[in-house]
Amino acid sequence: MADTTHGEGRPGPSLPPWLKKTLATLATVAATILGLLFVTFMIGRVMPIDPVLAVIGERATQEQYNQTFRDLGLDKPLLVQFWIYVTDVLQGDLGKSIRTGQEVTTDIARVFPATLELATLGTLFGVVLGVPLGVIAAVRRGSWIDQLARFVGLIGYSMPIFWLGLVGLLIFYGILGWVSGPGRLGIFYQGIVEPITGMLLLDSALRGEWAVFRSAFSHIILPASLLGYFSLAYISRMTRSFMLEQLGSEYVITARVKGLSEWQVVWGHAFRNIRIQLVTVIALAYANLLEGSVLTEIIFAWPGLGQYITTSLLANDMNSVLGGTIVIGTIFVAINIFSDLLYRFFDPRSK
Amino acid sequence: MKKSFVAAAVASFLAVGLAVPVVAETPPNMLVIANRIDDIKTFDPAESFEFAGADVSRNVYQKLVNFDPLDLDAGYQPQLAESWEISEDGKTITFTMAEGHVFASGNPVTAQDAEFSLRRAVTLNKTPSFILTQFGFTPENVEETIVATDDRTLVLTLDKPYALSFVLNCLTATIGGIVDMETVMANETDGDMGNDWLRTNTAGSGPYKVVEWRPSESVLLDLNPNYGGETPAMERVIVQHIQESATQRLQLERGDIDVARNLSPEDVAGLEDAEGVKIVDELRGRLMYWAANQKKEMLSDPKVLEALKLATDYEGMSDSFLKGQYTVHQAFLPRTFLGALEETPYSFDMDAAKAALAESAHPDCGPIKISVRDAQERLDIGQSLQNTWGELGCDIELIVGTGAQTLDRYRAREHDIYLGAWGPDYPDPNTNAGTFAVNPDNSDEAGATGLLAWRNAWGIPEMTEKTLAAVVENDTDARREMYRELQREHQQVSPFGVMFQQIEQNGMNESVENFVAGGATTAVSYWVITK
Repeated sequence: MADTTHGEGRPGPSLPPWLKKTLATLATVAATILGLLFVTFMIGRVMPIDPVLAVIGERATQEQYNQTFRDLGLDKPLLVQFWIYVTDVLQGDLGKSIRTGQEVTTDIARVFPATLELATLGTLFGVVLGVPLGVIAAVRRGSWIDQLARFVGLIGYSMPIFWLGLVGLLIFYGILGWVSGPGRLGIFYQGIVEPITGMLLLDSALRGEWAVFRSAFSHIILPASLLGYFSLAYISRMTRSFMLEQLGSEYVITARVKGLSEWQVVWGHAFRNIRIQLVTVIALAYANLLEGSVLTEIIFAWPGLGQYITTSLLANDMNSVLGGTIVIGTIFVAINIFSDLLYRFFDPRSK
Repeated sequence: MKKSFVAAAVASFLAVGLAVPVVAETPPNMLVIANRIDDIKTFDPAESFEFAGADVSRNVYQKLVNFDPLDLDAGYQPQLAESWEISEDGKTITFTMAEGHVFASGNPVTAQDAEFSLRRAVTLNKTPSFILTQFGFTPENVEETIVATDDRTLVLTLDKPYALSFVLNCLTATIGGIVDMETVMANETDGDMGNDWLRTNTAGSGPYKVVEWRPSESVLLDLNPNYGGETPAMERVIVQHIQESATQRLQLERGDIDVARNLSPEDVAGLEDAEGVKIVDELRGRLMYWAANQKKEMLSDPKVLEALKLATDYEGMSDSFLKGQYTVHQAFLPRTFLGALEETPYSFDMDAAKAALAESAHPDCGPIKISVRDAQERLDIGQSLQNTWGELGCDIELIVGTGAQTLDRYRAREHDIYLGAWGPDYPDPNTNAGTFAVNPDNSDEAGATGLLAWRNAWGIPEMTEKTLAAVVENDTDARREMYRELQREHQQVSPFGVMFQQIEQNGMNESVENFVAGGATTAVSYWVITK
């Protein structure tokens, strides 16, 4: 009794700020993913598609239907089903895919590296070309390069990726033969490199299998350029508008009056100040590609996450869809945390 | 400076691309195929029931009796069983196993393996098990009804006499695949008879074995080193999952693949003049039909049904958007099946259709909803029906859904008209007769969702009897005639409008010979292919 009154009204032992921050982040992550799962789970259950038929096909008997209905746990109340699913997930068990007959974790370990590789290369392409293009377009406003940047942006926004992909394949693979066709690797190179990360470029480089690396590169270059082009269109446009805003501000005029070189004004002052906004834009573009670009993956027969989730959704293979949702949710949260960290690095005020 | 940086980046990307050698021909002992294979869920012959799965299974597992790919019309031939005898009462079939067949593991194929495989398929009770259980095998009685009396003798005891051709035809289906008992049972978990393991691994005595399967990506088959037959020319077969027809065409033109299996009519037309490429047409077993729910009063009027059948533009569709992919066919047995009927009593005749409708109890027709899944060819057919039936005076609405959605409604008997496709489950006429023309109990409680006649609430006790009589007729000529007669009647009175039979158009390298997709009766056979 005395002990409890003793503690009342006093602040508890305070946690160190870094721990508080970490715990808060973890709680946000958990809540976000749980919420995502709940919504996806419920959508899956109210969709007018019968998950049992997805498993057994249309020729099955009623008895087989009932058996599978029970095996899938569909005879239990929705919330109980959700609870069972979440407890399994917490133990690292994402369940089995109806469509592939394999563990969802195995499936994702197979498809995610393919998407990660493609998205990373695509984003790299978009950043390396898009940022300078945007900056130059802003500096030389109205010049031919500005027009070019706008034209590139317009095409990137308005051209269907499906069409552009097919045309790209036709020209660079079909007619010119500069790059390899669909898929991730030539048939002769399959199974040569023991996977480490699942990303073929990285694995073949790590193992020193340069022939495999070249084959993988010649397969990825076209889809990556295509995705990169769309990132480039977005990133260069955003960079241009951020830069224009900065270039019109007083400190830039002051810097110019002080006699700083154009290079210092643009890169040393204006560009420094758009880094934070740019990080957000790039992170979002990257996350977007990591979700998987379904159409690109279909055209290039790229066995990635986007195609996996879409095909699973159409087959009402909810374990796979939910597994994919967890991955995407985690990516978004991770990228958010990462850009938060970068903010603090770039912006002294947030320290 | 900035400009040169951009230029350098572009140049470096192009340079690496340019430097990559592109191989434009597949090796002579390797067959590379582009196909849609994302329907493969399992390789277990007791469970596998999908097209791409059947293609793999046929090349990996042998059966007691099987089709010769180079002479499909000859019907079933000895394979693992060299001969068979049927008892006088017609209920017992005794198979004598051939010698010299060996599983990929090195184990010889014995009657015990056959006993195990068939018992296992019945006991596991997966979707295709009905192909065997229709002969009276149950998980409870398999120990008495499927028995290996010694290493070379297998005895099957049926619940009643059936036409021998019916039983043997069923044994050529995927579910009749004989698995290696020792290997499978060594991989059993929780009493699943190796089901989990066989989903992703194979243990057969066929010409090939699966080396690697990446779902929705590729299947890699290598020769079974212990295969008892003549060594196939293709030592390795790679099937790549390529979704897009245009992509498959490009690969074929580049010489990166030998066979493209999902070419659209446009791409087939585009390849006609291509050098080094040929198109091979093959009639398959899939039918396209519409069916009218007999719970709906108007649609149960025979004159309305006649009008709808007459107001369907069969030729118009097969000559335009279905060109090369479907041929007009109006009976429930696909051509090349025993008893198939080639007569097409209906052709597009709007006057006759209007006359029939005028004689019906619903001369103004009325609202009709057509359930159609969101696949291009079906949407096209649905729209054609909407046009011509609309011309007839009916108010047609297309209800478009995913495959699973439309199927749900169909099985629940909630549709008006269902536009669907049906493929045979096993190469015997009963596979279609038993669903289009059998419905012993039409009540909702019967829940016979597997029967198309039931799904359309079409109660047909008399026709059911006729269909079942054909199943036990042992004189093949008489049996053929029974099915023909049945289909003639079915064409006239049924609520089914069978319209088309599928033609598969495979594009392939000119050098590829003996590519047989399996006709209407079976699946693809890689072991006879040369190039």
